Amino acid sequence: MMKGAHLANFSMQALRLAGYALIFLAGVWFHSSGALEAMGAYGEDIRYLTVQHLQLTAISGALAIVIGIPIGVLLARRSLGVLGPVVAQVVNLGTTIPTLAILALAMTVMGLGTPPAIFGLTVLTLLPIVLNTIAGIKSVPPALIDAARGMGMTAWQILWKVELPYALFVIFAGIRTALAINIGTVPLAFLIGGGGLGELIFTGIDLMEPGLLLAGAIPTAALAVAVDLIGAQAQYWLVPKGINPLR
Amino acid sequence: MIRLENVTKTFDSYMAVDNVSFEVPEGEICVLLGPSGCGKTTTMRMINRLTELSSGRILIGGRDIMEVGATELRRGIGYVIQQIGLFPNKTIEDNICTVPDLLGMDRKASRKRAHELLEMVALDPAVFAKRYPKQLSGGQQQRVGVIRALAADPPVLLMDEPFGAIDPINRAVIQDEFLKLQSALKKTVIFVSHDIDEAVKMASRIAIFKSGKLVQYDTPDNILAHPVDDFVADFVGGDRTLKRLQLVKVADAMQADPPRVLAETPVAEALALMQKHDHQSVVMTGPRGRARGLVRRAQLQGAQGMVGDHYERIPCTIQVDDTLRNAVSMMFSNDQTWLACVDQDGFYRGYLTQRGITHLLGATYRDA
Repeated sequence: MMKGAHLANFSMQALRLAGYALIFLAGVWFHSSGALEAMGAYGEDIRYLTVQHLQLTAISGALAIVIGIPIGVLLARRSLGVLGPVVAQVVNLGTTIPTLAILALAMTVMGLGTPPAIFGLTVLTLLPIVLNTIAGIKSVPPALIDAARGMGMTAWQILWKVELPYALFVIFAGIRTALAINIGTVPLAFLIGGGGLGELIFTGIDLMEPGLLLAGAIPTAALAVAVDLIGAQAQYWLVPKGINPLR
Repeated sequence: MIRLENVTKTFDSYMAVDNVSFEVPEGEICVLLGPSGCGKTTTMRMINRLTELSSGRILIGGRDIMEVGATELRRGIGYVIQQIGLFPNKTIEDNICTVPDLLGMDRKASRKRAHELLEMVALDPAVFAKRYPKQLSGGQQQRVGVIRALAADPPVLLMDEPFGAIDPINRAVIQDEFLKLQSALKKTVIFVSHDIDEAVKMASRIAIFKSGKLVQYDTPDNILAHPVDDFVADFVGGDRTLKRLQLVKVADAMQADPPRVLAETPVAEALALMQKHDHQSVVMTGPRGRARGLVRRAQLQGAQGMVGDHYERIPCTIQVDDTLRNAVSMMFSNDQTWLACVDQDGFYRGYLTQRGITHLLGATYRDA
């Protein structure tokens, strides 16, 4: 236990050092490529688009969590028989559909603008959450459910007091993955008029202006890292101690 | 207290439990015993409706279990399983208070009770109450599993091979702890096991199952002494008579009111006493009756004076409330054919001979 924690600490330290080195090198390169000036020049746009970017992520992410967890819980029911695994497999297939294709499909049905972008992003974000919820709930030992039933818990109480807490860590992992994918995909929303930092990236590409491109790409990357860090903290603190392997 | 009437369970066409009837009186431990797949676990699970009956009736305290809702019924019955099933996300005290919390009982009172129960199984509440299950050893977890079933003070306890996954040394300790708890709490217990030794140790009654049928329902001693058929005889084992040793107390097998001598007794009188009883030795007691030593006939022959001048130490004594099993073990390990039996205060109460033991174990066969 102590040894494992120590080892984890050590590797964290190493990662952190590597991170600092990367940031330093990136800084040198930014300066020489003129990205820094560009970011200064587009400061106003970056701020506005970052907020928009985060709004897209927040709305689609929240929708995906609210929809995804119940779907996962439902698909993990043993009473569904073979239907559960079959539907789960279909959901799994969904992960292979290219992002752009989903956004394009959403656009053909819902037109241009924010709603189809949110719809597309939600669908994408949904998949890891659903799959991890299923995996988490399925990992609950049958004996635990038997004990809960034998002590007189109702099905609903078993779900809330036994299954969901047990699965929470894995569900959180799914949410983190989903949000990372989400943030990285939001730039594509620009293509169907959804806004976000993609506006700078794609404009930069079209104008062959690396400074502008980076002014969109770097904040996007930074957001992805920041959101995952927040997700990791939330996972650490919100998952109860007895079932949190990190604590 | 618990009565099963023609209880039957069929899964599709397979008959798991076939027309089983028996009754467990209040405060007794009934062990359901048999090989795997014999229907013992299914029978137990029908009592709290984890498995629904196909036909027949089960009454607890005179009330048909179908009259109450399944969840309400289960909250009134303690449930312990082999896999323990502590909730990993809850602390030990919250685990113990699962049923009291479900019943909406006062939190303060139930936590206090949880701490008392922890103390009863030798787990310090100050150390363990706030821990999580994964921080406990398997044996400690199962102690918590058992007291969790007792937290809401249900009259009935169902235990499904509760000590089956625990190492033999710890198992014996937990079994003893449970018997101690049981002697204080007097629950009516249905205990599933496949281990005849555990059954003999725990049970007031044993129900032996074979492919869904109840083949014998009796006290452990009767099951061991008079198995109804070859299956039961095989199942309880060829050494079943030895197992009975565990069920009999020294006090029941010893020769009470034994001849004795005092330190002041003249040698000649002691010799006469041994001759009269045809003994090779006799125990010397203190003035109030404590066993002090023994004198041997061979050594007193031709000797002079009083017994006190010739006595030797008693090689070993056995407590009257110990089991015959320990007594026999003591005889063998000390190479003795008889043991002096003393009570807790060391007073000489009787003597136990190998012949006396074989005679007692044999008596029940001669009666039959």
